[in-house]
Amino acid sequence: MKTDIILCGVGGQGILSIATVIGEAAMHENLYIKQAEVHGMSQRGGDVQSNLRISSNPISSDLIALGSADVIISMEPMEALRYLPFLNKEGWIITSSKPFVNIPNYPDVDKVMADLNKVKNVIILDIEQLAQDNGIARSANVILLGAAQKALGIEYEKLENAIRRVFGRKGDAVVDANLKALAIGKEAQR
Amino acid sequence: MRKLLLGDEAIAQGALDAGLSGVYAYPGTPSTEITEYIQNSKLAAERNVHRRWCCNEKTAMEAALGMSFMGKRALVCMKHVGLNVCADPFVNSGMTGVNGGLVVLVADDPSMHSSQDEQDSRFYGKFAMIPTLEPSTQQEAYDMMEKAYELSEQVCLPVLMRVTTRMAHSRAVVEVKETPRAENELNYDAKASHWVLLPGNAIKRNITVTGQQAELEQRAVESEYNKYIDASDHSLGVIASGIAYNYLMECYPDGCPYPVLKISQYPMPKELIGRMTAECDAVLIAEEGQPFIEDLVRGVMPGNAVIKGRLTGELPRTGELSPDALKRALGVEVREGYDSCEDVAPRPPALCQGCGHRDVYTALNEVLKDYPNARVFGDIGCYTLGFMPPFKAIHSCVDMGASITMAKGASDAGQWPAVAIIGDSTFTHSGMTGLLDAINENANITVIISDNLTTGMTGGQDSAGTGKFEAICRGLGLPEEHLRVVVPLPKNMPEITQMLREEIEYRGTSVIIPRRECMQTLQRHLKQKKAQEAKK
Repeated sequence: MKTDIILCGVGGQGILSIATVIGEAAMHENLYIKQAEVHGMSQRGGDVQSNLRISSNPISSDLIALGSADVIISMEPMEALRYLPFLNKEGWIITSSKPFVNIPNYPDVDKVMADLNKVKNVIILDIEQLAQDNGIARSANVILLGAAQKALGIEYEKLENAIRRVFGRKGDAVVDANLKALAIGKEAQR
Repeated sequence: MRKLLLGDEAIAQGALDAGLSGVYAYPGTPSTEITEYIQNSKLAAERNVHRRWCCNEKTAMEAALGMSFMGKRALVCMKHVGLNVCADPFVNSGMTGVNGGLVVLVADDPSMHSSQDEQDSRFYGKFAMIPTLEPSTQQEAYDMMEKAYELSEQVCLPVLMRVTTRMAHSRAVVEVKETPRAENELNYDAKASHWVLLPGNAIKRNITVTGQQAELEQRAVESEYNKYIDASDHSLGVIASGIAYNYLMECYPDGCPYPVLKISQYPMPKELIGRMTAECDAVLIAEEGQPFIEDLVRGVMPGNAVIKGRLTGELPRTGELSPDALKRALGVEVREGYDSCEDVAPRPPALCQGCGHRDVYTALNEVLKDYPNARVFGDIGCYTLGFMPPFKAIHSCVDMGASITMAKGASDAGQWPAVAIIGDSTFTHSGMTGLLDAINENANITVIISDNLTTGMTGGQDSAGTGKFEAICRGLGLPEEHLRVVVPLPKNMPEITQMLREEIEYRGTSVIIPRRECMQTLQRHLKQKKAQEAKK
């Protein structure tokens, strides 16, 4: 298997914790992993992205080539669109629907939604609302992960186990909240 | 043991496993995580490996050299521009040579993700006449650390290890040793004169080090990290160094049809390059950063070899390489994705909401409305973002500490008001000496040390001068009445603006210290406090 994933959002939205769970699941399966991250200045409210590549064969490049990403997981709708040239035509976008407006020239939200809906495979979720309704406000990003499960090509149980290992240190309540978030996301795939 | 590690973390783990006794560094993207990893390492704590941050790269380099002098293995880490700061001890460490292994790790930032230039540190390695390593993978970065220390001790020279952003900040699974090597024993050669670079000694050392160059090159020819991979199609050969090798291989999942020379150890292995230019009709040179290999291979004399690369336009002249840049250079089809979308606006970084620097700029802009000719000299840190709207508050940003000295130079030229704005960590890095220059001449400048009690932009590392700034300014001879401290908060706006007005009107050197904790570290501290209280 080989899956090229772009994780994106705005600095501070926590895209790296999604990457950590995917990376943990992949490592447990003895898959090869490369994950290019963004550190430094852009973390201050700028656009951030991480290229995450997992494969059963060795991976050469740390960066994903144009037209090659299988999945874009985005914490913010406009940010998902930023990486469209990297998405292959059969690839998936899994994104939060809630705009993060910290710039004066943020485009018209209806246009952003229309652009997203032009993509063949897209899941748009109000993850913050879903998380709030289910009492798991701090696990909203893991809902996206659940919704991306099929596109990622990783079995659901393996993501569950990865969550247990990653969040285990923080106690059962945190693990349970994240498992619940994963399940909510999984439902949204249908 | 397998670990998922950032390139920076693999380097740190490699150094620890090679028997490191001390890391010396000043934070700088993309090198910061190396020292942080060692600071959080259990092994480093058990062994009491030196791991506190230094004031700047020069003090770091010199302290590491001192540890090497005593026979122990030391590591210095910095971003590329940090090497400019420590160029003097770095270049002269090539002249003194080393005793314990010394690795100078420099992380270059092509495409300038978090930097003011994209200088290529390999030039410094050649300049100082020392071996230089450039890993392609995280595993290689880990393995190379041990080799680097062995090499350093064998040839009695420091070793420069050069990485770039995509190596430093990319994660991969790394196989690491179960048992770390022991540290070196304390030991030094009491008779060695090469540490005293008086001309009489230095002339001898210069002959020794220049005489070593042929051996260093032969080691590069034989290095396990420099590989000549032959292939059947000799219409082209490709030289790829460091991370560019990965992009090359990404173009050819089933293997490159052309001969490939992977270079990860310098000085340049001329014998291997000679083979490629002799056997191939043309040579493409792919390297991250400036055309270092390409320039040397090309030379100035006309030759028969056809050389392609950044200088002839097959690869972009500036900026990072990418798999697609290599595809274009090699005529491999670039995959078509979706068209780029028009409804995407740039989202530049900005100062955090609630940040004290914001209040400082708000106050400064308010006051400078009355001084339309004022010039504000900025510095390196989060507050450089004061250049962006809505503040548009600074007129220069060059290098660490240049705010104070440039303001002084501008004032010498007749400018008034000349305002310098510098962060607390940048001030202790390279601002103090400039302030002494200003005070000694009572230069007509107003210096703002915007103190957020941390090294903010790199993620909140300890700042060397915390709690000492008033004492430092007094010690440098600043008159008490022109040393002003204030808390930058919207409610204190009348106080700050009045202070600024008074000190701009004062015809001499003054320092204003607005002091309030960084929002990032404040949030972290509150979280820690909450967690501690929950435990109780």
